[in-house]
Formats: sequence, C-alpha cells, structure tokens
Amino acid sequence: MTDIFSLRDDTPVSELPVSIEEFLGGNATAVRIEVGEDTRQLLPYLDRIALVEVSFPAFTDGRGYSAARILREAGYNAELRAQGDVLLDQIRYMHRCGFDSFAPEKPLKADQVDAVLKRFDAVYQSSMDGQNPVWNLRHGG
Amino acid sequence: MYKYDQYDQSIVDARVAEFRDQVERRLAGEITEDQFKPLRLQNGLYLQLHAYMLRVAIPYGTLNSKQMKMLAHIARKYDRDYGHFTTRQNIQYNWIQLDQTPDLLEELASVEMHAIQTSGNCIRNISSDQYAGAAADEVADPRPWAELLRQWSTFHPEFAHLPRKFKFAVIASEEDRAAMRLHDIGIQLVHNDAGELGARFFVGGGMGRTPMIGPMVRDFVPADDLVSYAEACLRVYNRYGRRDNKYKARIKILVHELGKDEYTRQVEEEFKHIKTLNLDPPKAELERITTFFQDPDYDLSASDDLDLSDPDFAVWVNQNVKAHKQTGYAIANISLKPIGGIPGDASSAQIDVMADLAKDYSFDELRVTHAQNIVLPHVKKSDLYALWQKLDEAELATPNLDLISDMIACPGLDYCSLANARSIPVAQKIATRFADVGKQKELGELKLKISGCINACGHHHAGHIGILGVDRKGVENYQLSLGGSGAEDVSLAKITGPGFDEDGIVDAVEKATNVYLEQREGDERFVDTYRRVGMAPFKEALYD
Repeated sequence: MTDIFSLRDDTPVSELPVSIEEFLGGNATAVRIEVGEDTRQLLPYLDRIALVEVSFPAFTDGRGYSAARILREAGYNAELRAQGDVLLDQIRYMHRCGFDSFAPEKPLKADQVDAVLKRFDAVYQSSMDGQNPVWNLRHGG
Repeated sequence: MYKYDQYDQSIVDARVAEFRDQVERRLAGEITEDQFKPLRLQNGLYLQLHAYMLRVAIPYGTLNSKQMKMLAHIARKYDRDYGHFTTRQNIQYNWIQLDQTPDLLEELASVEMHAIQTSGNCIRNISSDQYAGAAADEVADPRPWAELLRQWSTFHPEFAHLPRKFKFAVIASEEDRAAMRLHDIGIQLVHNDAGELGARFFVGGGMGRTPMIGPMVRDFVPADDLVSYAEACLRVYNRYGRRDNKYKARIKILVHELGKDEYTRQVEEEFKHIKTLNLDPPKAELERITTFFQDPDYDLSASDDLDLSDPDFAVWVNQNVKAHKQTGYAIANISLKPIGGIPGDASSAQIDVMADLAKDYSFDELRVTHAQNIVLPHVKKSDLYALWQKLDEAELATPNLDLISDMIACPGLDYCSLANARSIPVAQKIATRFADVGKQKELGELKLKISGCINACGHHHAGHIGILGVDRKGVENYQLSLGGSGAEDVSLAKITGPGFDEDGIVDAVEKATNVYLEQREGDERFVDTYRRVGMAPFKEALYD
C-alpha cells in the first residue's frame, strides 16, 4: 500500500475505501470518489464518514479539486485524501481546496511539501484552507 | 493604472522563486518533461519549433513606460532584439533559454509584471477594451473589474487544471473592440434600472476548430456577486466539461451540448449555494481598485483644434487617431503593421520609442490591442504632430488602422509547433499587393485575419476576410472565408470553397475586394456588402 502523507493531527484512516455505490448501500465509513462521479451524493451522509478518498488518475484532471471543495463547503471535516497522480506542484492547490491527506503514487518528500506549502504567504481568493485572502487583509478583515 | 501593494508583490515574487525551483528540479532531472510541461505552461513558457517561447502577461493590455522599457530590455538581453505583441494583448518572445527564464521573470517582477497563467489549462490573462478610460461610449472603465478578476483568478486552487484554457474579456461599451463574445466568458458592464453598475455574462464563445458566439446567461450580475457568479460558471465547467477529447474540451462545447438554458440553470443553482459561502471580496476592494483608474490630470483648457496642413500627417490622423472623451485630447493608434512587416512585431528600439512617447505625450500609459497594435490613450491634440513625427522616424506611423493591411496573423509555421502552414509570408504578400494607401482607403474598414492552423489564433473566423492555412498532402493550402466579425456585429465567417496556394490566396483576396467595389452601395463596408449580397457573387468571381 502507498504511504499516506497526512497534514492532520489524527492517524490516517486505514479502512479501505469503498465505491460510492457500495457506500450508499452499506455501512462503510470510508468512501472513494472516482472522477466524473457526483460528490454531492455523499452530502446526506457526511456524519458517518471518516475518510473520503478522491481519485486523481492524472494530475491534469482537476475535477477532484471541485469534489474536495464541495465536501468542505458542506461542512465535512474528517479526512479528505487525494490519491493517485499527486505531485509536489499540485499539493498547494489541493491543500487550499481542503485535502489534508495524500496517497501519491510516487512518494513525496516531507521537507519539499513543507516548502511548497509555505511558499506563498498571501492568497487572492477565499478557499477551504482558512487562509484570509488579501482583499480582506487590505480592508482590516 | 493599477499599482501593486506588498501583497501583490509578494505573490509575484514567490512565483518567481517557485518557478526557479521548478526549473532547477527539471534541469536536475527530478521531474520529467511531462510533469514539467504543465508547470512551465502555467508560467507562459512553451516549447516551440526552434526554442522556448515565453508569453508575458499584460493585464487588460495596459502598461506604463517603465514596464514597456522592461519589455524592450528583455528583448535585447534574452531574445533577438524584438518581441511579438499578441491577440491576447500580451507579448511573446520567441528565442528564450530555459535556464535564463527565472532571471527574466525576476526582472519582470521588478516592474510589477509576470507570466502567470499566460498559457496552460487555467484562467488566462483577462483582456479588455484598448480604449478603456478614454472612450466616450463606455458606461464605466472596465479595467477595475478586469483587475479584480485578475486577482481572483491568479492561482485559483480549484481552477488550475480545467479541461482546457479559459479566457475572459471585460468591456463597458456597446461597441465591442475586444471580441468579447468570442471568449469563454465575455462580460459587458451595464447599468440596471436602478442605475447600479453590473456585469452582463456571456458564456461559451470561442474560436478554435468549433467557433461559437457566446450566448448571454445572465443580463445583470451585481458587483457584490461577481466573484461568486464567476466561481459558479467555472465550477460547472470544471466538473462537467469534456476531458475525453481536447478538441471538445472548451466551455463552448459544454454550453452547446447542454444547451444554454440547462447550463444556465446549473450555474444559477451552483451560484445560490456558493453565494452562501461568503467568498466575495468586500465592497471596498472594487472601490480601492477603481481609485487606480481615475482620469489623468487633463488640461481642461486644451484646444480641440488640429492643424492638418501636412498632408501625410492628415492621412495618419484620419486613419489612426480616434475621438477621446475629453475635449482637446485624442486616442493615437500605433500600427505594428508596416507594409511587408510581421504583424505585431516590434524591435527593442521601437518598444523603447513607444515607451518614451507614452511618457512624454500620454500620461505614461500604453495599451496593447487584440489586433496587435499599440495605443497611446490620452494624447493632447496639440501634441499629435510632434508625436507623429517621432513615430514616423521610428517607422511606426503606418496609417492603416482597420484597413486591409492592418491584419491579425498568428506566428504560423515559421515559429509554431502546432501550425500547418505559414501565416507571415501570406500576410506580407497581401500587404504588399495592397501597399498603396489610397487603394486601401478606397476599400475602407476591412478586417483581414490569418491563422496558420485550425486552432484559429489568428482569429480567421472573425475576419471580414479570414484565411486559414491547412496542410493538403504536404503542401500549404489556404482557405478563404468571408463575413466574420469580432465586433458588436459579431458573426462567424463562411468558407468560400476550395482553398488556394500561397500566391493564389493573394489573388483570391484581391478578387473578393473587387467584387465588393463593384457591388457596394453607399458607404457600406466590405462586410456589409457581403451580408447584403451573400456568397454567390464572390464565389462566381473566385471560382469561375
């Protein structure tokens, strides 16, 4: 199994995530979203989910970013994992969209991830990482 | 003009550091070319036929003389002493060394410039009306809205890997000088019945291999909802835009396949949700940005008189100078289309001259137009003669704005790895055929646009006369089309019939213009006559 790189304080969920279909018909608490699947199907069940794993079959396929945002916007606050073609240079965008754990096909180096996440100390837009955008900072917000 | 504060500067500086790190990792072999490609692309760096090409962003086409000087400096130091102004109101350099790009970007950052998101499948440089702030017909200056969108879209985490590239244009006049409806999102600022300023959204326009005119999806988005509404438009596209075929991945295909009504319904539903998240900037932010775009300090007693006794000056004024909203001032267009030249190219020396002239005569401001020309937006009429003389000395006074030789042409097969045919030699031959200004003026406004492949970077679908270069069994062949427009009378050009070889297309253009001269009524433009008489007489002249 791939190493999990987590930015969370708790231990990564070890349960193997099931498909949305299986999740909807059973009691699993870990679920996997493939690209093209409608994340909003999960919204009624967020209370019972401990892990959502979002698939990135290719780093150029950005659907997973919207999937993550939709979950966080709905109040989901358990583990949100990006799995697949997860590369250093996309980590910051993923983190800003709400991902807090990563299962990359090729291992990430902790110090490099740390550097990437710290590189920009200002952001232009609100997202799911809680960073206050400059348009608020400029006006005392 | 907008000025960076410490936040803007820190973001651009951090980007330079990030790109330096990415280039180092690439040169060290830590990342593959496939992994590096989207990174360099989101920084405007393409691998072309002969070298790397770097595209530098000029947000909404506005820049000051210091920035223009930097563009000349970069051409001299990192390139072959020239730059190419593009239809996205940007500049491209064709001969860049990869290992030098971090230093180049650092120099750009020192004058508040960058190459962020000038390529790649993300939100690109926001374009606008080159006469913004100077035109009498605008309801407001569109650039504060464009700047707000620039900031919002810069490193937007959700929309960094869209199905395909995404282009915004923002205008604020009924007259469309920015091909607004041929953008992924076109915004026209309008007032509502209550007198408030808001944005009319057109979504799903574009050129490329499947040209579409963007339909209106909302007639009024208030300033307070601008960001939320744009987020909704983009999210529906990011989730449902096609990713199985890059030729069907632009938002125009999604809007077309869903239908405007269904796309709009999904956007409105998403918007209703997003609006609850409190993502929009505080009101004060658009107000803050707007303060940077106040009118310059006009001389209110400037005379409106103009001495046109020098006939060459009069020809230039008549063609290249446009009315300004302020009495005593004018908008001066600098054509980058000398007869026989490469459309949009300027030497370092010429870029320096234009920078100096902007400083001396135009409140330190220049604009780049989507037709690949430069504008000095605020010139006192009494300075026009001196300005013209200096332009003339620098071979920048070609009096051909909107005439047949003021062509848009893509770089074509001379530079571009996607092209099927050369554009530049065709542009040069046509310009030479119509070199006589009298002959051009007789033809009046005639927008000729040339693309070297189906991707349509040369806007041929929007040309009164459009030319598309294709590869026919290994031989360059040129298709002629007629009747397009990127202006407020937006329309898509139609192909006349079989294509022509390089010399044949020049003859074909001349034949088409002859049909116009025979058929025109009153003060009809070429495109008006075409619309009235239809394709038949043109076909007859071209193929019989």
